[in-house]
Parts: sequence; C-alpha cells; structure tokens
Amino acid sequence: MRGYFVGAGLAIALAGMAGPAMAQSGEIKIGEINSYSLLPAFTEPYRKGWQLAVEEVNAAGGINGKKLVVISKDDGGKPADAQTAANELVSSENVAMLAGTFLSNIGLAVSDFANQKKVFFLAAEPLTDAITWSKGNKYTFRLRPSNYMQAAMLVEEAAKLPAKRWATIAPNYEYGQSAVAVFKKLMSEKRPDIQWVDEQWPPQGKIDAGPVVQAVAAANPEAILNVTFGADLVKLVREGNTRGLFKDRKVVSFLTGEPEYLDPLKDETPEGWIVTGYPWYAIKTPEHDAFLKAYQAKYNDYPRLGSIVGYQTIKSAAAILAKANSTDPEKLIAATEGLQVASPFGEITFRKIDHQSTLGAFVGKTALKDGKGVMVDSVYRKGADYLPSDAEVEKLRPKD
Amino acid sequence: MAFYIVQFLTGLASAASLFLVASGLSIIFGVTRIVNFAHGAFYMLGAYVAFTLTERLSGALGFWGGIVAAALIVAAIGVLVEMVLLRRIYHAPELFQLLATFGLTLMVEDLVVLIWGPDDLLGRRAPGFKGAVDFFGQNVPSYDLFLIVLGPVVLGILWLLFQRTRWGVLVRAATQDRDMVAALGVNQKWLFTSVFALGVFLAALGGALQIPRDAVNHAMDLRVIVEVFVVVVIGGLGSIIGAFVAAVLVSELNAFGILIFPKISIILVFLVMAVVLIVRPWGLFGKPEAPARRTPGLTVNPWRPLTTNERFAALAALVVAAALPLFAGNYALTVGSEIAIFVIFAVSLHFLMSVGGLASFGHAAYFGLGAYGIAFLAKMAGLPMIVSLLLGPLLGLLGAAVFGFFAVQLSGVYFAMLTLAFAQIVWSIAFQWVSVTGGDNGILGVWPEKWAAGPSHFYWLSLGIAALAVVILRIIVFSPFGYALRATRDSPLRSESIGINAKRIQWTAFVIAGTTAGVAGALFAYLKGSVFPDNMGIPLSVDALVMVLLGGVETVSGAVIGAIVYKALNIWLVSQTEWSKLVLGGFVVLIVVAFPKGIVGTLESMMNRRGNSTPAKPAILTSRIETAE
Repeated sequence: MRGYFVGAGLAIALAGMAGPAMAQSGEIKIGEINSYSLLPAFTEPYRKGWQLAVEEVNAAGGINGKKLVVISKDDGGKPADAQTAANELVSSENVAMLAGTFLSNIGLAVSDFANQKKVFFLAAEPLTDAITWSKGNKYTFRLRPSNYMQAAMLVEEAAKLPAKRWATIAPNYEYGQSAVAVFKKLMSEKRPDIQWVDEQWPPQGKIDAGPVVQAVAAANPEAILNVTFGADLVKLVREGNTRGLFKDRKVVSFLTGEPEYLDPLKDETPEGWIVTGYPWYAIKTPEHDAFLKAYQAKYNDYPRLGSIVGYQTIKSAAAILAKANSTDPEKLIAATEGLQVASPFGEITFRKIDHQSTLGAFVGKTALKDGKGVMVDSVYRKGADYLPSDAEVEKLRPKD
Repeated sequence: MAFYIVQFLTGLASAASLFLVASGLSIIFGVTRIVNFAHGAFYMLGAYVAFTLTERLSGALGFWGGIVAAALIVAAIGVLVEMVLLRRIYHAPELFQLLATFGLTLMVEDLVVLIWGPDDLLGRRAPGFKGAVDFFGQNVPSYDLFLIVLGPVVLGILWLLFQRTRWGVLVRAATQDRDMVAALGVNQKWLFTSVFALGVFLAALGGALQIPRDAVNHAMDLRVIVEVFVVVVIGGLGSIIGAFVAAVLVSELNAFGILIFPKISIILVFLVMAVVLIVRPWGLFGKPEAPARRTPGLTVNPWRPLTTNERFAALAALVVAAALPLFAGNYALTVGSEIAIFVIFAVSLHFLMSVGGLASFGHAAYFGLGAYGIAFLAKMAGLPMIVSLLLGPLLGLLGAAVFGFFAVQLSGVYFAMLTLAFAQIVWSIAFQWVSVTGGDNGILGVWPEKWAAGPSHFYWLSLGIAALAVVILRIIVFSPFGYALRATRDSPLRSESIGINAKRIQWTAFVIAGTTAGVAGALFAYLKGSVFPDNMGIPLSVDALVMVLLGGVETVSGAVIGAIVYKALNIWLVSQTEWSKLVLGGFVVLIVVAFPKGIVGTLESMMNRRGNSTPAKPAILTSRIETAE
C-alpha cells in the first residue's frame, strides 16, 4: 500500500518540475543564485542593483538585439541547495551562464559545478582566494576584490602605523582564517619588527563579545585587526566601546566601511578605524554619479556595496555576452579573458591569467557625522595594483 | 588578578542572559513535554518588538516599560499559539509538537524580515546603564552588573513561584505526573497555557534585554536555540536551578577557555554536554525520567508485513518511479535522485525512532561521515566509484558504533541531546581540521564516474539503492531482531526479564541506522560532487526529524512519504517563491493540524476505521498494558 504513495508522490513531485522551459529565441537568460533568505541585509540591495542593470541593458537595446532576462534563485546559505538551483537553471531554464553567490563555500560549490558541467560562471561576491587560485578553473571568473587584494590594500595603510604589538579578531571560518593569514603574511613582510600577541576566533554569528574584548585587552596590543562583520561587529563594537578597548589603539578592519555593516553601528561607530568600504556619499566621478542618480531615482534609497556588486555583475555579464555574441561557454570564456568593462568605480579588466576582475575598493577611515558612521579620507584603490606578480599567480593556480 | 575577576563577571553576565531564555524552555518542557523549537523565535520576537517600542517611547520609563511590554506582548502571542495550535496536538505521538514549533520558527524568520526589513537594527542603550564601572583599572559595563543581579533575582522569583504558590505546586505536580494531576480534577488546559505563557515571557524578556548589547536581526533565533537546549539538558530537564548552574558553567568555561584555546567557543557547549551526560545521564540536577505511561511507539494498529497485493502495488509504484527518465528532463531527474537519497536518510532515522524508540537529534553526523568517506576514498585515495560506494558508508558505521555505544546508555530527550552533541563534535572536526577536510570550503570534485554520471543513470542508481534500503529495513523490522528491538522500546522491564540485552540490541540498531545514513551521504557526495561540513550540520538533522514526523512516527515506513513530500516541497518552494520559509512553515503547521499522526499515520488510521467496525478493542488492550507498567 505504501508503494502507491512512493510512486504517486514521486510522480507528482517531479511532474511539476519536469516542464522544460525552452529559451525563446528573442532572449538571453542569465541564471543568478544568491543567499537571499540567509543574508537579506546584503542581498536586498544586491538584487536592486542587478535589477537596475537589467533595466539599463534592455533599455539600451538588449544584447545584440536580444532581451536580457535574469532568473534568480535563493540558495538558503547551503552549498548543496546552491547546486540544486544551479542545476535547475542550467538544465531546465537553459541559461547562458551562471552568476552570483555570496558565501565562499557556495561560490566554490557552484564553481566546481560549472567546471564539471562546462558552464560559464561569474562569481559576484565570494571573497575566498581559492576560487581564482588554488581551486580556480577555466569556467569561473570573479568580480569582487579578493581577500588577498583587500588585505594588501589594508596592509599598505597598516604598515605605516607605529604599532608593533598586534592582536586579531576574526570569525572562525574560512573567510576569517584566510583574511588573517594573508594580512599577517603581507604585514610581516613589510614590517618584520611586529609581534602578534593575541588572536580571537569567535564562531561566526555567535560572538560572546564581552569575554572576547576582555581577552584582547588583556594582551595589551597596540593595534587590532578585525575581520568580524554584521551582527558580530555590532556586538564587538558595543562591548569594545563600553570597555574602552579601542581607546588609544589603532584598528584595521575588513569591510567595515561598507554601508551594510557601517550603518547599523549608528552613533556607536568608532572613529579612526582603517577600513575597506564604499563611501557612496563621497565618490565624485561621472561614472558613479550616473549610477547613483539612476539608483536613487528607481528605488528612492541609497546604494549599499551590494548594489554595486549586483549592478556590476549583470553589467559585466551583458558585456561578455555581447562581445561573445554566442552562448557557447568556450566563446564566453574567450570573450571574458582580458575584457574591459566600465563600472561605477571606473574601468575594470577581467584578467586572463587568473580570471579575477580588477575592480578595486575604497580604503579610508571611519568617522562619526550627525550621529551616523561615515568613511572619510577615502581613496579608491585599483584592484590591479594589489595582486601578486604573474609568476606567483601561475604557481598558485592549477593549470586548466 | 583583577583581570580574572572581571573575566569571571563577564562570564556571569553572559550566563544571566542565557539563563533567562533557558529557564523558560525548561519550564515548558518540564510540564508539557513539548520540545519547543520555537523558543528561539519567541526570543527573537521579544527583541524585535522591544526594539520598536523602545524607539517609540522615550526616557528611562519608556525603555524599561518597552522591554516589559514587549515580553508581555510576545507572551500573549505565545498564548495564542498554544491555544490555537499546540492544544490540538498534545495527544499526538511524542516529539510531534516539535514539528509544529519547527514550522512556526520557519514562519517567524521570514515574517520578521517582512515586518522589520532586512537590516541589522541597533537598539538604544539602557538608560542608567550606559557606561562602565572601573574595577582596578578594568572596565566592567554597568549593564553587565545589572544582568548579573537580574539572573539570580529571576531565579529567586521563579523559585518562590514554584515553592510558595498553589499554581507552583500544581506545576510541579504536573511535571512529575501529568495524568495524576488531571485525575485529581485540575484543569490541565489552563495549567499548560499559563506555563507556556510564562516560558514564552521569559524567552521574550531574554531577547528584549539583549537590545543594548546586540544587533537585532533575523538570525537571532537559531543562534540561541541550540545553546539554550544544551544548557537545559546539562542542568537537567525541568530543573530551574540546574539551568542556572549550567548557564554559569558553560559561560565561565567559555570566558576562560578562549584565553587558552581561542577557537574553543564553536564546540564548547557540546563538549560539556557530552561529558556531563556520559557521567550523569540525567544532567546535573535532573532526576531519572519516570517510566512513560504512554509508551511512545505503541500503535493502535499493530504492525504487519505487507500483504501480497500491497507488495505488488509497491513494486508497481517502483516501476512507475523507475520509468521517470522516459518523460522527465535532467533537472527533474537530479531532483528525483536527491529525493531518493533523502528517502534513504529518512528511513534510516525512522528505523531508529519508530522501531527502536530512539529519537536522534544528530543523525546527520552519519550521513556526513558517509559523504566524507567518499571524499577521502575517491578524491584522496583515488578508488573507483563502486569500491568507494561500498566502503564510504563504513565511516558512518564506525561513527555510529563509537557514539552509539555511549548514546544508548541514555534514553528519551537525553539520548537525543547526546547524539546532537556527538554530531556537533564531528561537525566541528570537519569544520576545523582544514588540512584534511578543507574546513568549510569543503572537498570539491567528487563527481561520479562516467557510467553513473548521466542524470538518468544516477537516478536509477539512487532509486535502486533507496528501494533496497527500504526493503532491507522492513525485513529487519519483521525479523526476530526487529521484534526484540520493539520489545526494548515498548517495555524495557519486560524485555529485560525475558532475556533481551536491551543496550546491545539498541546499539546494533543504532549502527544499522548510522550505516544506512552513511549510504545516503555517500550517494549525496556523488550527486553534488562535493562535501561540506553542512552535510553533518544541525539543520540537516532537523530536516530528517521533520521528514520522519511528517510521515508518521508510528508507521513502519511512513518516512518514505515524509521525505518525498518535504524534500520535493522544499526544493519547489525555494525555487518558486521568495518567502519559501514562510510558506513551508505554514504548510508544516497545516499538516500538523490536519494529520496529527503524520501523513501516513493518519491515512492508515482513517483506512482502518473504515475497514474495521470495532476499533475499540486494540485501544482497550493498550490501556491495559499501560496500567500494567
């Protein structure tokens, strides 16, 4: 009797998914995957960003006359679900390429899927160095400046500080671990005289900030490297402020200048931290002005860094598809290698050597203005200037 | 010295916030026996509502009034949930309420984003407790001091409430023997409702009091729920003092542990729980559970093997399923493979839960071990796929043999929580041992060989193994071993008196279930081509529990249907809607109300009622057995 259910259940379950959606000849589809339900604070602005890009591309006549369509899926923050989504996009939606992802492990899972199924994949956000280097493959490109690049940008500033005793606070997972490792390596190269006096590894999303702040303070460092972000960062900053951890200490911090993470700190924003981020209010270039104006007109809201990432992912994808004038993955790869694209941050290049884009980031200092956190003295750092030499990259990346 | 004292105080402050939430959970479980998965959701709601109120109301009175009002509002929501939802299912099989509260949790996670938006929210600092107190050159936040005082005060109030009021006497009586309290004419309904309201009030208060320290966000619930459960179990279920001591123990060990091992936080609570439960099987202050009056797996309709007709029907269904590649596309086939794999996983847990009466909260460990087994064998040792598929699950077997040995010494929720602790320990090893497991970046490139790589081939492979697993487990259920296992479940005393070595039988069952889960994990590794620590995480264990409960825990293989329905629905909803958790949670809640014995369980009893005009007889039989216990 149970058997009836097995068959019927399977049949019903699958019939709904079986309908093959053939691509209409008049449109080109991009399959987009991100952690919408897990990380809405980042992915909502990200979604707005790519939606704006789709609108602009189609208003300008689409891709060689074909309409651009983005089909978006949620991965719920799980690599396995991201692969299910990728499979759906490739097998039943017949997308020309995959794009998106936020978390490093999901980026890697989709990149491995792309490599296996021979599908083009443009990773938007995952920061792990592995995706272009140790686990890089020919089908995968990445937009955002990697962990290494952001660390190199921060080290440039950090090395100028007189501080000799350093402590680190980072979330205990790959992103935190590799951010600290690269920072330490680059920093020790430039400043052999510094000492690493303490490290704290709170679990991601579960920092017990009081004891962590106390423990760091007990080591009495002159400067601190922070890699936590989101709710963990808020807790760390609040405890740190109350307990005076940041008083008379220099802090260097990954990502903290991004509006996603800086804005929730409101009037508790600590001043003078050296951070990477996105000071949308202070960028005065024609490219960015155009983006800002369009974004604010459409959404009546200011952009976050996620908006830039989403916008530029689809803009880049459109440029790739237009140049290749084909959906054949090999041709897409050929078109992307060495491709130059305009971005709100200026022109960027997708490198042939490791498939990393040269999109950069802003480095500046945090400050308080009218009870809100802002980035001041910020300078745009081009990604191309913060990558290791080609010879080193060759060694890091497996041959295709 | 001053530093250590301050670190101790900091630990106490963490303990106080943990205790507030844990005490509520402990009270609810003690009386209603509900494993309230939604406790974290109420905690989060408390924080969100308090955020809104404290932003609107000004001044010190506004802040403190807002905190208390938020806790009251959420408690009122709790009362509503209890009256509308939980009351309907108190008589459902054990743990079924977990399903309802799980559905609620899913819904709340999406609802808070819908209502309050996706951004992290920064609440006000508490008026009067904004700064820090200087302690020999160290700063102690005054809010920490407030919490350190509040913890014991709440403990004292609860103690007075339970020891000095009539209501408290009734609650304690109900904790000890619910049926007796009912027989003495106490209105159980209102007792349960009031207990639930108090528990939710404490959870929401705990959440609201986090505002000055935390960022209010939609992931707060999951951050707290597991830890709180662990604290309650370490302390001993139903013991408020135990919860307090356990919260202090865990928080202090964390505060001082990170000084020596900065990475300890990720696993500490689970290590403590494993040690405590192995040494003291009922937690620090818990008492041995009274023998269950209603044996968990005692079905009104005794189990029987399938009749010949039913076997043919099952075979026909299998043939229909096997014909899927004739008309379905690649995506549907890959989803089909995934569902088949989850059928294997769910039936393995179902075997342990329904036949053995042992509900595991950490079954994903063995699934994940099977997957890692494949990754090691195929990727690192380079073995062929068939050999890997045969040997990979052995890692699951090994894990189940080791952990099962300790776990089966316990029973009930303590058993469940010890399996959870073991699963988290295995998970953290996979997560931390980067040089071997790749950490959370996992092991990539574990793809099947050519003969199995096509979606239809892999689908047939998964379907075949799933069918085999279901058949083998059914054969075991109706074998002498299966009868012995059911005996240990239904009556430990009597099974022992007829010479059954209960622990050994249960251990064997645990190993069988773990190995089967390992088989599922092995296939999953090949399906996805990669292995991540996620494959042994808590969410996966919860998914398996949900599938079993959805199918019906009192059936022989209801988990098959539970797995198909839940997995297919999950994949479909995630693909189709932005608010998949809201819809899925709502659906789960609806099923709970419509099918209080699980889908298959309820359908079976409906059919039996139609086919059998005297359903009363077995019921009488069961009640006699109950009296005899």
